[in-house]
Amino acid sequence: MADITTTPSRRRSLFSVVEDFESSKPTADIPSDDSNLSWYERISPAWWVLAVVLLVMPSIASGFVLNQIFGWAFILGMIALSLMFLAGYGGMVSLIQMTVAASAGYMMAIFGESAITAISLGWPWWATIPISLIIAVLFGTITGALAVRTDGIYTIMITLAIASAFFYFTRQNYVLFNGFSGFNGVLPPMLFGVDWRDPTAFYYLTLFWATLAYLAVRYVSRAPFGLALQGVRDNPRRMAALGFNVNAHRIAAYAFAALIAGIGGILLTWQSAQISPGTAGIGPVIDILVIAVIGGLGRPIGPFIGAIIYVVLKIFAIDILNSLGMAGDRFQLLVGISFLLIVFFSPDGILGLWDRWRESRGRDRLTGEIQRDGDG
Amino acid sequence: MRRFIERRPIWSALIFIVVAVLLWMIFAVWPDWLKDLIGRKKVFLNALFNGVTLGGLYFLVASGFTLIFGLMRNVNLAHGSLYLLGGYIGYSVSTATGSWLLAFPVAFIVVGLFGIALQYLVFRRMEGEDLRQTLVTIGISIVMADLMLWYWGGDFYNITPPDWLSGPVQTFFVTGVKRSSGDLIFLKYPVVRLVILAAAIVIGVGMWLLLNRTQIGMLIRAGVDDRDMLSATGARIQLVFVGVFAFGAGLAGLAGVVGGTFQTVAPGEDIRFLLASLVVVIVGGMGSITGAAIGAIIIGCAEQFGSVYMPTYAVVLTFLIMVVVLAFRPQGIMGRA
Repeated sequence: MADITTTPSRRRSLFSVVEDFESSKPTADIPSDDSNLSWYERISPAWWVLAVVLLVMPSIASGFVLNQIFGWAFILGMIALSLMFLAGYGGMVSLIQMTVAASAGYMMAIFGESAITAISLGWPWWATIPISLIIAVLFGTITGALAVRTDGIYTIMITLAIASAFFYFTRQNYVLFNGFSGFNGVLPPMLFGVDWRDPTAFYYLTLFWATLAYLAVRYVSRAPFGLALQGVRDNPRRMAALGFNVNAHRIAAYAFAALIAGIGGILLTWQSAQISPGTAGIGPVIDILVIAVIGGLGRPIGPFIGAIIYVVLKIFAIDILNSLGMAGDRFQLLVGISFLLIVFFSPDGILGLWDRWRESRGRDRLTGEIQRDGDG
Repeated sequence: MRRFIERRPIWSALIFIVVAVLLWMIFAVWPDWLKDLIGRKKVFLNALFNGVTLGGLYFLVASGFTLIFGLMRNVNLAHGSLYLLGGYIGYSVSTATGSWLLAFPVAFIVVGLFGIALQYLVFRRMEGEDLRQTLVTIGISIVMADLMLWYWGGDFYNITPPDWLSGPVQTFFVTGVKRSSGDLIFLKYPVVRLVILAAAIVIGVGMWLLLNRTQIGMLIRAGVDDRDMLSATGARIQLVFVGVFAFGAGLAGLAGVVGGTFQTVAPGEDIRFLLASLVVVIVGGMGSITGAAIGAIIIGCAEQFGSVYMPTYAVVLTFLIMVVVLAFRPQGIMGRA
């Protein structure tokens, strides 16, 4: 019959064919010659400045900025970070991360408290949060186990199909997911006497988890597991020959990413106090990919940069578009065109642009050698 | 066929039994116990017919998708947008000229030209970069969706077929026996759906013949198997690429008019049909036209039977089929490992 199919030799791993992504391929940067410095001396001053600015932000920014811009950007950044971990270190571009996040949010609403008392079980927070995370991780892992049966471009298609199935299912199902309207009134618990709905408290909460997720990804990328995962990304056959279980590493990566996405999902649900099928609709699912790619899949900080840009664009789109003389509801056009431009001209995102700029600046005019200073 | 039976006797027997039962259920007058079990035959037959015609529509969309993928290794995630563009163009043409038939060639040609532009301006510049191509097509679909929403608005449009195609026709499928007189009752079914199904079958057979019996088809098949070797023999591979892309895109546009006729044209349909073609080619097997046909009928029927017999879980049924196929045959039903 008219079969037009892949021959095995043509099925190469995603990153091995993509020459342009070579520069964006992240590697664990293990500190080499500065090991005699103490740990705080090894961190570049830029990071200290960033940390201080983020910590004192509540004293200069309004509640709206804290909650709607930074809080939201940290959450989206975490979810995009889980995608960056899979895509950057594992070579698996998974579109399931937003869906995993939403599944954790839904579990919070179903097991915990919400305005839909007919469905919500009203369990205390110390039971609902672990259960939600466990279910989200299970969901992510099972999806991963399905997705790793194929590779490269197929992963995108399969995860997109599963994500859409989740969206349509939650929209149709009224018994468990309350259909189209979903759940509202899903609030964070009053823990340690702090009202976590308060913008400042919520800002610190999201900042804490985003930082933790960032550090966890950096740590894992240098740990034996992360190094093996990068080996699997670069040459699965060789890693299999060395005795590594390729699929087990990939599935474990999905589980780890699902944990980060799940935490992000719980925070996202608290931030807007609601969860509905639209939270993980096809648009948001693709937005996470857009965020990760705009920021850059090169390093864990990329997704957060992308998230800030995305959130600022989304909130100020009306003003930007009005100043360009267009109607304010053309937000998607703006995002789509910026995404297209970035993918077209700098496939490794903003980070790639930054790296190239630094490289051209740091290049010695005489020898053409690149002088490296600090890490970004 | 014979080799398949010799190699897999148990599977062949199972398929044979399923087909036999299905044929009996379609043609026989149902006994009472079966009616008690799954309801009236009319409902069953309607679901089956709707499923098969929906499968025909899915096939039109997915065959272009799978053809483009098979030849160019290019997952065109803007394929759903091409479908929707075809639908909108078909609607505009048919309301402007009043001719339903004219909508088809116009949608085919305009969307095909759009496909040529895509191939020249986008894909040719990033040949072999799978991930980048995929990301670019996502960007294009976001931009196209918003441009179409801008121009045509968020309304639901329906392309009305001409009078001679509207209304039901009596088929020769028996749905039951009249209790009073003992006459047979026959199924009535919309003509337009039957015509569209026939058109889908004709296009499918035509594509199969084109691929397997002509020189162009030979070029395409050779390109699928080994692109570099084909271009080394002097074939003008870029021309083949452009032709296949234009044809695949045109088919999506054509399918848009079909979809607009028996469903609606509205924002969001692009994603729905992109998803449908993804699932169809995952189930049927990447790059296989036959696989696309099998997958389309399976998914179409699953959706329709699901919505009739288990309304809340219809989506899950489609999804389950995909999971089962992935678990047991990751390359799809007709895909080569």
